Amino acid sequence: MENYDIVIIGGGPAGLAAAASARRNGIEKIVILERDKELGGILNQCIHNGFGLHTFKEELTGPEYAGRFIEQVRELGIEYRLNTMVMEISPQKVVTAMNREEGLFEIQAKAVILAMGCRERPRGALNIPGYRPAGIFSAGTAQRLVNMEGYLPGREVVILGSGDIGLIMARRMTLEGAKVKVVAELMPYSGGLKRNIVQCLDDYGIPLKLSHTVVDIQGKDRLTGVTLAEVDEKGKPVPGTEEFYSCDTLLLSVGLIPENELSGGMGVELNPVTSGPRVNESLETNIEGVFACGNVLHVHDLVDFVSEEAASAGKNAASYIQRTDGSELSERTDTYGEAPGTSTDEKERQGEGISGEKSMAQSGRRNRAVRLTAGDGVRYTVPETICASRMDDRLTVRFRVGNVYKNCYVSVYFDEDRVLRRKRPVAAPGEMEEIALTKEQLMRFPELETITVKIEEE
Amino acid sequence: MEEKKLICINCPMGCMLTVAMEKGMILSIEGNTCRRGETYAGKELTNPTRIVTSTVKVSGGREHMVSVKTKEDIPKDKVMECVRALKNVTVKAPVRIGDVVMEDAAGTGVDIVATKDVGSIEAKKNELFINEAE
Amino acid sequence: MYDYDVMIIGGGVSGCAAARELSRYKAKVCVLEKEEDVCCGTSKANSGIVHAGYDAPEGSLKAEMNLRGNEMMERLSEELDIPFMRNGSLVLCLNEADMPKLKALYDRGTANGVKGLRILNRYEVLEKEPNVTEDVYAALFAPTGGIVCPFELNIALAENASVNGVKFRFQTEVTEIEKMEKGYRLHTNQGVFSAQYVVNAAGVYADRFHNMVSARKIHITARRGDYCLLDKSAGNHVKSTIFTLPGEFGKGVLVAPTAHGNLILGPTAIDIEDKEGTNTTREGLDQVLGKAGMSVRNLPWRQVITSFAGLRAHEDQDEFIIEELADAPGFIDCAGIESPGLTSCPAVGERIAGILKNRMGLDEKKDFISTRKGILKPETLSREERAALIRENPAYGNIICRCEMITEGEIIDAIRRPLGARSLDGVKRRTRAGMGRCQSGFCSPRTMEILAREWNMDIREITKSGGDSFIVEGTNKDVF
Repeated sequence: MENYDIVIIGGGPAGLAAAASARRNGIEKIVILERDKELGGILNQCIHNGFGLHTFKEELTGPEYAGRFIEQVRELGIEYRLNTMVMEISPQKVVTAMNREEGLFEIQAKAVILAMGCRERPRGALNIPGYRPAGIFSAGTAQRLVNMEGYLPGREVVILGSGDIGLIMARRMTLEGAKVKVVAELMPYSGGLKRNIVQCLDDYGIPLKLSHTVVDIQGKDRLTGVTLAEVDEKGKPVPGTEEFYSCDTLLLSVGLIPENELSGGMGVELNPVTSGPRVNESLETNIEGVFACGNVLHVHDLVDFVSEEAASAGKNAASYIQRTDGSELSERTDTYGEAPGTSTDEKERQGEGISGEKSMAQSGRRNRAVRLTAGDGVRYTVPETICASRMDDRLTVRFRVGNVYKNCYVSVYFDEDRVLRRKRPVAAPGEMEEIALTKEQLMRFPELETITVKIEEE
Repeated sequence: MEEKKLICINCPMGCMLTVAMEKGMILSIEGNTCRRGETYAGKELTNPTRIVTSTVKVSGGREHMVSVKTKEDIPKDKVMECVRALKNVTVKAPVRIGDVVMEDAAGTGVDIVATKDVGSIEAKKNELFINEAE
Repeated sequence: MYDYDVMIIGGGVSGCAAARELSRYKAKVCVLEKEEDVCCGTSKANSGIVHAGYDAPEGSLKAEMNLRGNEMMERLSEELDIPFMRNGSLVLCLNEADMPKLKALYDRGTANGVKGLRILNRYEVLEKEPNVTEDVYAALFAPTGGIVCPFELNIALAENASVNGVKFRFQTEVTEIEKMEKGYRLHTNQGVFSAQYVVNAAGVYADRFHNMVSARKIHITARRGDYCLLDKSAGNHVKSTIFTLPGEFGKGVLVAPTAHGNLILGPTAIDIEDKEGTNTTREGLDQVLGKAGMSVRNLPWRQVITSFAGLRAHEDQDEFIIEELADAPGFIDCAGIESPGLTSCPAVGERIAGILKNRMGLDEKKDFISTRKGILKPETLSREERAALIRENPAYGNIICRCEMITEGEIIDAIRRPLGARSLDGVKRRTRAGMGRCQSGFCSPRTMEILAREWNMDIREITKSGGDSFIVEGTNKDVF
């Protein structure tokens, strides 16, 4: 059996950033296992621009953004294996994988970083009634066909779901010669960015029907049309509002689900709200030395935050290994230089890791884990527990709200005490929110049991 | 005087902006809650531009298609003309990010560049292990 | 001379079972199928249940075929290498007042010859199936109830028939049957074929063909059944097949694991006019979910990965018709084969072959091959075997369908074997690629590539299920 310090499952944006970060934090033996024929993951098919404003301060396309990280991984000499499917991970961190050349093989990892990303919800998840002809695609499948293989799925298109993928595909299909007739959205608001509504729909005169859904699918061989209807507040179709659209293609952009079959198989606890692993401040799951980041942890809107989160996971995995190896911290940290986009406070955080560990050792592992809970209006938080002694000076807590709120406050309570109240002109489920907690703050509350993040309206 | 309405794209607020214009000049902007709305409306109504992304065919490559973009933003009304012009473009592998695949798209003076690397088919090698930088 | 000795109309499970049984004998047999593959009608959209045999009235052909089919299924599944297991079935009785009905079912089953029937009390039921509704009062337990993969059963029968010399003509739709002095001429969209004997196994269309040759008309209603299929993560929710006695809300729906470990809920029973009306409806799906929830608790609704509808061929007399027509010699009906048609198919095939053997005086072939090897499933191998397989054929190291972990090797096998897959659905029904939780989102472009390569076709010619069901309509910018 082969041995590696860190095995990273997935070579998309999360896996790449985690790998680079772990290497910069002194870990030598790292391997990325990627099931596709190239690194970069889903970014390779996201050929539109708008990626990387936070990380690189410029607007890149998906492949260009991926290209930057692939370059880093190559420069850092990190090993990766393509066309390689991970079949199973044992709780003891033995990774069983398979590819054409090596067949079935096992790797014993000291740490595992889960970075498998997510998949699209299919038609069945919505239980849309009707026939089952050809011509119904999840938006991502259509995106792959058009952007990577050059095939146009159809000529006349209806799109269900106004998340960013749905909006982006409306424009892509239009620019490749298809007629997009309408985008329907079940919710009374779009889950996509305003910019995408304007530049992908309005630019091309594509109507957006909010509070609408597909209630029937026609066509026996190939799709011939769909029926849209308005829905009430509960999402139930309103009789009498049905409208038929002839089309040969229906794209579904109706949500993403983290791909956690491997995680579940190894005994990683999942949060039913995110469908991703429950993690602590180190992005470590309930299994010691198993970390998660990116869309497998919770579905993100911006890849920049995936990269940032993954860099933390990589760094935390590195310090886990250094801690369990018990002794020598690698001297090599500095020789790899700095990642583009590494902020100053991240550099500071890296320096703090060591002192944090000492106090951790004193207080004992996880014995003072503070629970983070999602209060009113908040659907979930990542992480869900924080061990103050182990956290960095500054910890980003990410969460989503459950509804559209205008002029609300994001509040943080330490048990009964409100420690933060930040005004937000608008908060919507489609945009991930974040707050920062500092170590200093937590240290001031030694008896702290629960931190609650909630939305407060005026 | 004419009145134009548009949605500000800078944040999820999506402010509905009302702009009074005369002879292509902006007289007033209303409805915005921050300064970014003004800047946006000014640009969008006087000189709207877009980055265009698309695909072109590749010959002799490990992929059949490569993704491309306009190197800079181009006038919005040139977008369709620009993608039509790409119809018959075929680039020869290898292609590197940033390679110009078409010059002066639709007379805008802006080049179309590749946004992905595509290796040539002859160079195809077993890419299973990469232990050192290429 | 005739083109064939026997022509079978319909490549469903009945037609293919008849073809396979007939292939034991020296006869020139051909199956005509209007679709591009076998298993495209009723046979592909049903519960996949092997019924124990307590439902049909004592003395009926349905009861006889059910019992015999159930009994034969074990050996057949071994011969044809298809998944079949006796997971047992429970018919729930939800209140004491209905106990006479449960008892009547027990009595009927016993009279039909079903072995091992037992009535379990509430405690025993809940111990056996903890997720069954706490309202359960008692249940009829049938240990011989089972589950089978309907696709593999149908396909395996066809493959085995084909290997034994039966000819299959696809995309061949019979439009007219001409009665000759002796024998029949079948007019199709692919030309005219003649045979001395015809087996009418046309499912919901069997009445149409019957009525073309017989004065004694029959009538078949397409009875639609809507189903929901849940992810494998929900596959252990129940172990047995759970039925419910008809109650105040009408006939219940079943909740059962499938032969591949998913959970299936359904069917509804909605009589419709359109014999191609395989569309689900909102009401139908709501009914499935609502009724399933009455018999089984805590169903994980969010795990639904697909829904579908199938049509049962319900004949007005509520009975299987498997006989040579009195006023049309040589024309053998296999009509009204609704539930328990899947269970019965081995017996139905046997019966039809028996009729023809006697009628035609057929001799057995010496070289009949009774076994068929299924598509090699690497997941069933040991690690060492699997590693060796990949060394020998690296395609088995390349996962195409991530959800079901199906390799390129399996897909190639599905395409290259007798009556190989030509479409995405053909690959799906043979290998399960695309049948998992993402419902082919990831693998369909890859499977299309393999199909195109193997059949030497353009991607644009690849269909979902034959006909005009093309997956892609063109190439980028082709309209500009």
